[in-house]
Amino acid sequence: MSQRIDFQTDPTRYRHWRVEYDGEVANLYMDVDEKGGLFPGYELKLNSYDLGVDIELADIVQRMRFEHPEVKVVVMQSGKDKVFCAGANIRMLGGASHAHKVNFCKFTNETRNTFEAAEADSGQKYIAAVKGSCAGGGYELALACNHIILTNDSTSSVALPEVPLLAVLPGTGGLTRVTDKRKVRRDLADVFCSVEEGVRGQRAVDWKLVDEIAPNSKFDEVVQERARKFAAASAKPSGLKGIVLEPISRSFGEDGSVIYSLVEVAVDRDAGRATITVKGPDEDAPADMDALQSQGSQAWILRLARELDDAILHLRLNERELGLIVFQTQGDPVRVLAHEKLLLDNSGNWLANEILQYWKRVLKRIDMTSRSLVALVEHGSCYAGVLAELLWAVDRSYMMLEEFEGDNRPLASITLSDGNFGTYPMGNDLSRLETRFWGDLDAVETLKEHVGRPLEAEDAEELGLVTYAYDDIDWEDEVRIFLEERASFSPDAMTGMEANLRFAGPETMETRIFGRLTAWQNWIFQRPNAVGPEGALQRYGTGLRGEYNMERV
Amino acid sequence: MLDLINVSYDTQIPNNVGLSQDKKVLKALEKWHPGYIDWWNKLIPQNFQESLVYLRTAVSVDPKGWAKFDYVKMPEYRWGVLLAPQVEERVIPCGEHAGQPAWQEVPGEYRNLLKRLIVIQGDTEPASVEQQRLLALTAPSLYDMRNLFQVNVEEGRHLWAMVYLLHKYFGRDGREEADDLLRRQSGSEEAPRMLGAFNEETPDWLSFFMFTYFTDRDGKMQLESLAQSGFDPLSRTCRFMLTEEAHHMFVGETGVGRIVQKTCEVMKENGIEDPFDVGKIRDLGVIDLPTVQKKLNLHYTLSLDLFGQEVSTNAANAFNAGIKGRYMENRLTDDHRLQQDTYTVWDLEDGKAVQKEVPALTAINMRLRDDYTKDAAGGVGRWNKIIEKFGIDFELKLPHEAFNRKIGVFADKLFDPDGKVVSGADYDKGLPEWLPTHADGDFIQSLMKPCYEPGQYARWIAPPKVGIDNKPGDFEYVKLHMA
Ligand SMILES: [Fe+2]
Ligand SMILES: [Fe+2]
Repeated sequence: MSQRIDFQTDPTRYRHWRVEYDGEVANLYMDVDEKGGLFPGYELKLNSYDLGVDIELADIVQRMRFEHPEVKVVVMQSGKDKVFCAGANIRMLGGASHAHKVNFCKFTNETRNTFEAAEADSGQKYIAAVKGSCAGGGYELALACNHIILTNDSTSSVALPEVPLLAVLPGTGGLTRVTDKRKVRRDLADVFCSVEEGVRGQRAVDWKLVDEIAPNSKFDEVVQERARKFAAASAKPSGLKGIVLEPISRSFGEDGSVIYSLVEVAVDRDAGRATITVKGPDEDAPADMDALQSQGSQAWILRLARELDDAILHLRLNERELGLIVFQTQGDPVRVLAHEKLLLDNSGNWLANEILQYWKRVLKRIDMTSRSLVALVEHGSCYAGVLAELLWAVDRSYMMLEEFEGDNRPLASITLSDGNFGTYPMGNDLSRLETRFWGDLDAVETLKEHVGRPLEAEDAEELGLVTYAYDDIDWEDEVRIFLEERASFSPDAMTGMEANLRFAGPETMETRIFGRLTAWQNWIFQRPNAVGPEGALQRYGTGLRGEYNMERV
Repeated sequence: MLDLINVSYDTQIPNNVGLSQDKKVLKALEKWHPGYIDWWNKLIPQNFQESLVYLRTAVSVDPKGWAKFDYVKMPEYRWGVLLAPQVEERVIPCGEHAGQPAWQEVPGEYRNLLKRLIVIQGDTEPASVEQQRLLALTAPSLYDMRNLFQVNVEEGRHLWAMVYLLHKYFGRDGREEADDLLRRQSGSEEAPRMLGAFNEETPDWLSFFMFTYFTDRDGKMQLESLAQSGFDPLSRTCRFMLTEEAHHMFVGETGVGRIVQKTCEVMKENGIEDPFDVGKIRDLGVIDLPTVQKKLNLHYTLSLDLFGQEVSTNAANAFNAGIKGRYMENRLTDDHRLQQDTYTVWDLEDGKAVQKEVPALTAINMRLRDDYTKDAAGGVGRWNKIIEKFGIDFELKLPHEAFNRKIGVFADKLFDPDGKVVSGADYDKGLPEWLPTHADGDFIQSLMKPCYEPGQYARWIAPPKVGIDNKPGDFEYVKLHMA
């Protein structure tokens, strides 16, 4: 296996960012180390980024939420002169495999969504303070912030130069946020996305590309003043004390297996399959929020989210040949429900809220994972409340029906909780159950009547909560045949089919980014006009222009 | 018939581009004009604005006899739009379109690239006037003051030249860019000039001479490469600007030369053999040669930074597009496309400066910089001839390109002027010998006393060998208005 990409980091290891905490305001500086690229062959000049830079950003955003709940406003700015951020590193993109590019874009998109939602989810508002050039992925970083201030020095501009410069799209949400979030008129957006140099000064405000411009000489003052004003206006309670996100416990086996404290990833390479087993809580739920707070990152429900998140990212980036991910759970469903209930009952508490929001993101990450996903509901499993969401995140689910010979584990059951009805919405802003029963709200209403009651296989199948329930006679064969069949299909067709079937219902900005924008971008990333030897992306930096096949497809 | 050689004065803006028949552009330029005059008036101290300065004004673009000399108040100077004559059947000299007819209109696909080049060039022109705005207050002679003003008004005209192109060929965007060229100000916090070196004040006359010698020479090289543009109007504009630019470098070279000359004279008169006997030399009111060397180090390295990164995509794009050529492109004998060629550039490997082959297209900046260094070496040699003549054991040198850099692979790395890697301690120790210190600045500043009598010169600078326009030694180059 080539070098493993590690999604775990911590502030002592940052090379590209630094944060200065100043009470309710955090100043976040992007100061990319040119020599700190994740792979050899490129230098991260002009605050350009690669996956490594984004992994740090994701860590910062996450720690901001858990470790620094006192922060109400985050000011994202450049630690360099004359450049805010030049976007994704082009030489890195030029040299990267298609699969890496796609996964890189997906992760960066997820990170942008996360800090964009921080205001609504946690009362942490992100301001982009843009000084110097802010192009491509740089402007996409700013676009995902909640407020953009641009210096008016008659040079600094915001730009999406991908199309004219590289023959690709501003694919980290750029095209979508310009119209859907910032509501830039479509013809002006068309102009904006066609000029390399972008738009500066008052016009950037007039076109709604930024929220305000500030005089250059007073820029820092204006930004800090704005930050303090936003902080003062924030509805978020003051004086919250965070918890420390301690390193997760994780070890890698020779065979590619990964063992966490609550998650195990087993690998069957011949079958192209990874099995993720999630362990339920060994202990009762903390008595109250104080108890939870003192458990901190060791609390079962938070520890599990972090481990599961890491496992998914690891499989996505480092185990690309494992096309099939099987979820299993083992544990006491009653305890799972109790752990979740503490959070649901205290959702006004900052930490309870953060953990629930985090679970929302982890589950979305699973929704968004381009592998065939299947859940096995075996005896002894604990698909209850938040863990039951896994069943509706996956493409198919199989449940054990009645007793199995020689298996003395408790009978397989599924238990719904109030959390299954809106606490963990998908990217389409619907709960997984609403999406599953799209157009049939009655079915969802009926399910509410079953909250808290263990549903065994017959009921679960009847209610549409699992795909199939099999008894001892059929189980082994049916599951095996399904897994073998699934592993034999074209991975491209599977990715396409699954992505289409998973997100029923209305479009949101998020689904448009992950669906429409990403699909077009990934198409372009395959086309010779961009990535062929004469394509613009390959030729970038050589001085030669891309040679295009002018046929419209 | 349109006279494209002689300058027509039938509009407010002298020109040889038939402006009176180009109503749209004329109107746009006339709208821009008051802002320009306003800029000029606020810039240079009032009494100089009202003084009569013996200036040359372009009356033709014919290389023989293109200018006439006369007294003029600077705000009334006839800044105009002048293009070198069109070359019949000129072709694009380089890049993927090499050999095709030169563009007379902006090619759509290169509009932004072209505009950016013109804006960057245009931004430097007024910047240097801003940097030099207070120098007349300490002019060492009326002759030097006149030269300063000549350089200033011509830089102003260069701004006009770029603004004309923006107005004529780049529509509304171009007009906005032209306005912003007046909005940005050297050293301004609000809207600084685009390139770092153009935001530093020119604090004294030695700096001014060094600036005109080294930094204007960067300007010259940029103009030389733009003169090779496949976009013909830009090429013609730059070709004419080069005629004027030559004078700016003359001012720099002779200025430094006269300082060196004076120092040597005074040393000889006073029996000082050791050029490093700085205290004694300074006591005599002239600038010691080691200080001249330090100033040279500073200005040369700042100018190298203006050429940008060693390996540059922008430069490669501009060359391949045919909108910016190499120095003397038409005299080079390769295929003018460079798609397969390589060029040697400096790089940093294991902390050491090494030379490396890179694709020639991406090294266009470096090639131009190497040509610059060759060009800049000439004057240094002539300064050394002066020192030699006095038998003083001292040689001025261009420092290694790794020294004191802020841009490129050597940026902020510790090299001495010979290009040797040095430790932090050695660098700190060497620095006062390599670059001007604040104390050096104090000393030079102490010499900066105006000398406004015709034919008189400050004691630290020798008179020129010949006057401007062959005027006699005591000619009153500036009739000062003393309010
Ligand atoms: Fe000039
Ligand atoms: Fe000049």
